[in-house]
Amino acid sequence: MSRRWQDLHEGLGPEPLEIGPITRTDSVRYQGASGDMNPIHHDDEFARAAGFSAPVTVGMFQAGVMHAWLAAWLGPENVRRASMRWKEPVFPGDRLTFTAAIAKKYELDGERRVDVELWCKKQTGAVAVTGSATYVVRS
Amino acid sequence: MDRSAEGRAGTPFTLDVERGKVREFARAVRAEHPAYAEGEELVTPPTFLTTMFHCESEVPGANPWSLLNVDQKRGLHAEQEYVFHGPPPRVGVRLTCQSRIERVYEKAGRRGGTLTFAVLVTEFRDSSGKLVAEARMTGVETAENPEQR
Repeated sequence: MSRRWQDLHEGLGPEPLEIGPITRTDSVRYQGASGDMNPIHHDDEFARAAGFSAPVTVGMFQAGVMHAWLAAWLGPENVRRASMRWKEPVFPGDRLTFTAAIAKKYELDGERRVDVELWCKKQTGAVAVTGSATYVVRS
Repeated sequence: MDRSAEGRAGTPFTLDVERGKVREFARAVRAEHPAYAEGEELVTPPTFLTTMFHCESEVPGANPWSLLNVDQKRGLHAEQEYVFHGPPPRVGVRLTCQSRIERVYEKAGRRGGTLTFAVLVTEFRDSSGKLVAEARMTGVETAENPEQR
């Protein structure tokens, strides 16, 4: 599944992933799986008291989808770093598009590596999450 | 936020990387790769270590984050990073984990007000004591309505 070193170059990324509309069931399933039970993601009253118009999705849900999607391209066993930064809340009903591109291809301590930049955008075009990752390339 | 919590460490806790939990988590992040579900040597998705919440909540004093007294209605997850010193944890391993509050700091908000940030670092070690992964979570407490920031 993982990519070959000679085929990788800066600017290259996987085919974009589009998902949505996101549902509250996505949040419930993610919260059960992760153990993050913050009511801001499923309780209307709590979300409104926190200043949101509705429960927001779990930031780690969209970031988790983003990094798992990249891992499928470069090989799940090859990840060495995955980072993510939230820019805007996502709500049930939103559609998300994930894109990624290799920012750097290099060797470090005899290991072939790539650094990748990632983006998660909403249907409005607004960036919801940015990310970066480092993978080793073994083939 | 209580800044005096800076530097405090939590009680160590155990995370058993279980097959069923990995499959459940992979499904929740729409990861269909066979590396998470088929064969004998299953790996974990890149953000799987977030499931430490389950184990941490069962051990009193494991999560020093509570010492910060962040208002949950004003608290947001700003950044998260996982670093792996080798392949990500495999199914079947038992990890010993410990969290500490690395840093608490303030920044001016883009639209006024002060934002308070805190960084929680969790170290994951295998049965030989080798550091296999680190998680770095940055949380922020806003002074105002989060949709207006």
